[in-house]
Amino acid sequence: MSDSYSTTDETTDSEAANSTDTGTEARRPGETLDETTPSIQEIPERETVIEATDLTVHYGDVEALKPVNVRLPEQEVTAIIGPSGCGKSTFLRCINRMNDMVDAARVGGELRYRGTNVYGDEVDPVALRRRIGMVFQKPNPFPKSIYDNVAYGLKIQGYDGDIDARVEESLRNAALWDEVKNQLDSSGLDLSGGQQQRLCIARAIAPDPEVILMDEPASALDPVATAKVEDLIDELAEEYTVIIVTHNMQQAARISDKTAVFLTGGKLVEFGDTNRIFENPENQRVEDYITGKFG
Amino acid sequence: MTGSSSSSDDARTDGDELARPEGGDHVRTDGGEHANPFATVGDDIERKQRIGRVFVAVCAASTLVGIVALVVLLADVLLEAWGWVTLEFLTYPPSRFIENYYPGGRGAGIFPALVGSILLIALTAVFTMVLGVGAAIYLEEYAAESRLKGFIEANISNLAGVPSIVYGLLGLAVFVRFAGFGESLLAGALTLTLLILPIVIVSSQEALRAVPDSQRHAAYGVGATDWEVVRDVVLPSALPGIMTGTILSLSRAIGETAPLIMVGAATSMFRAPIEDVSGIPVPDLFGPFAAMPMQIFDWARLPEGDFQHVAAAGIVVLLSILLLMNATAILIRNKYETR
Ligand SMILES: Nc1ncnc2c1ncn2[C@@H]1O[C@H](COP(=O)(O)OP(=O)(O)O)[C@@H](O)[C@H]1O
Ligand SMILES: [Mg+2]
Repeated sequence: MSDSYSTTDETTDSEAANSTDTGTEARRPGETLDETTPSIQEIPERETVIEATDLTVHYGDVEALKPVNVRLPEQEVTAIIGPSGCGKSTFLRCINRMNDMVDAARVGGELRYRGTNVYGDEVDPVALRRRIGMVFQKPNPFPKSIYDNVAYGLKIQGYDGDIDARVEESLRNAALWDEVKNQLDSSGLDLSGGQQQRLCIARAIAPDPEVILMDEPASALDPVATAKVEDLIDELAEEYTVIIVTHNMQQAARISDKTAVFLTGGKLVEFGDTNRIFENPENQRVEDYITGKFG
Repeated sequence: MTGSSSSSDDARTDGDELARPEGGDHVRTDGGEHANPFATVGDDIERKQRIGRVFVAVCAASTLVGIVALVVLLADVLLEAWGWVTLEFLTYPPSRFIENYYPGGRGAGIFPALVGSILLIALTAVFTMVLGVGAAIYLEEYAAESRLKGFIEANISNLAGVPSIVYGLLGLAVFVRFAGFGESLLAGALTLTLLILPIVIVSSQEALRAVPDSQRHAAYGVGATDWEVVRDVVLPSALPGIMTGTILSLSRAIGETAPLIMVGAATSMFRAPIEDVSGIPVPDLFGPFAAMPMQIFDWARLPEGDFQHVAAAGIVVLLSILLLMNATAILIRNKYETR
């Protein structure tokens, strides 16, 4: 799969193929894909943050992830899409070792973060999770004040700077500050669902991780809140590497630079620039999935 | 619904699928008289409803039996005790002479047993909180799912059903004799701890299980260690539930008599189990003690008729403490349930 990591050549090839046959079919899902010249071509290839090598996951005897090989670039938004149950969350949870919490889960192969296998003996998952923040599908603020929610990560990580300032900065970056600045002491649970999710994003970015994992962060939100979170993800990508699972293909097309497509059986079928994946997928089943023939 | 739409179908010209019947008008022009549109829906609903009503009546009657029995019992005790629960009764040691219990007499009452029971429960509370909550946290938060864990949990549940006299025997063998605590407050408290530990563990486990995993994941996600997750997220959320379960178990323990008889608690004591250590009263952990249920039993078997009133007064005091504890448990539960 990593071989489909788009190089300039490949993109040009698929462009040509695209304009001849499957063009209109493949382009249907996203309005943002109007321009025929993908802009990625000018951007130099980014450094790899996360690299999976033959990464597999079994739940008991059930194989949830077939060997995954992929390299995820830094400071970009990578979208993980695919039908439900295809292993998107499972893959995401491998990255910060949240699968450790699932008794039945067994991880095989390697997952490297900046070159270090996070499943190596010397890696403490707690330290790993301090570098890799996570936002979950359902907003899950602590039943504490808004302030304490954001400050929690700073406190347990022994942050020795100005916590107040960091809380404010994080809330600003999460586009929530103006809405909550006068009620920092009230419970995080009193916020609306969309605000709660942005609070969770603020909590995740407060300790300044390098990577932020998001598992369908907008799926429990209404369209307005979803739009806000999407805008936010766009901004976050300037500072952080964002890896986001979504079942919403329009969303993936709108917000991501790279897209990884998992299909049923836990197989990473295609990975590459979002524009190319949506305009001209190499794999027929990916095309069928993207054009809505199944899934 | 079914009936009215089918009758309007009849009136409608064929093929005119989109035509909207004008509400009731259509139905009325059809027949003038309303036919029951539900006449043919399912089988004998009427009969089933009757069975349902009988069932509700039986359930209500069952509830009533319990409540009536309780009210009669309470009324009986309260009438017996009326006028006998005085300040003297609460603050004086017991006496063999009934005159001393009369209002205006020299004063006699339940004081040593009251203090004994309160100390007993306080000690038991400390021990069960540490052991019970500790065990529950270990089983729920740390121990991996395994056959051994399942086996242990099943046995804890079984222990909850073991008769209290058996715990008394165990306490006698282990704490009184083997550990050498003698027939003391400490031995009594440890025995009661064993008695309610299974219930406290099970109810604490339930409280811990009720904390959603999403909360744990949120804390792990920002780099919390196992211990930090338990301390900052799981325990604060589960504490009301744990407290409720523990207090309810303690209020069961305070009425226990059999295990205390086994560990040799005094049936009646003149002195409260309190020592004076340079002016400060401290519980005498290793000294003898009496507890309320045994004191009540002691009074109840005395031949003089008026001692029945004294026993009833003791019961009222015991029940009051019990009610107080249960009310506390309910308050805690209600206060945190809204969160
Ligand atoms: N904790 C678990 N125990 C057992 N099987 C699981 C567990 N979590 C997920 N699975 C299974 O692994 C597969 C992939 O699940 P998941 O990664 O949640 O898919 P997705 O996020 O793409 O919907 C599914 O078949 C699911 O049933
Ligand atoms: Mg998922």
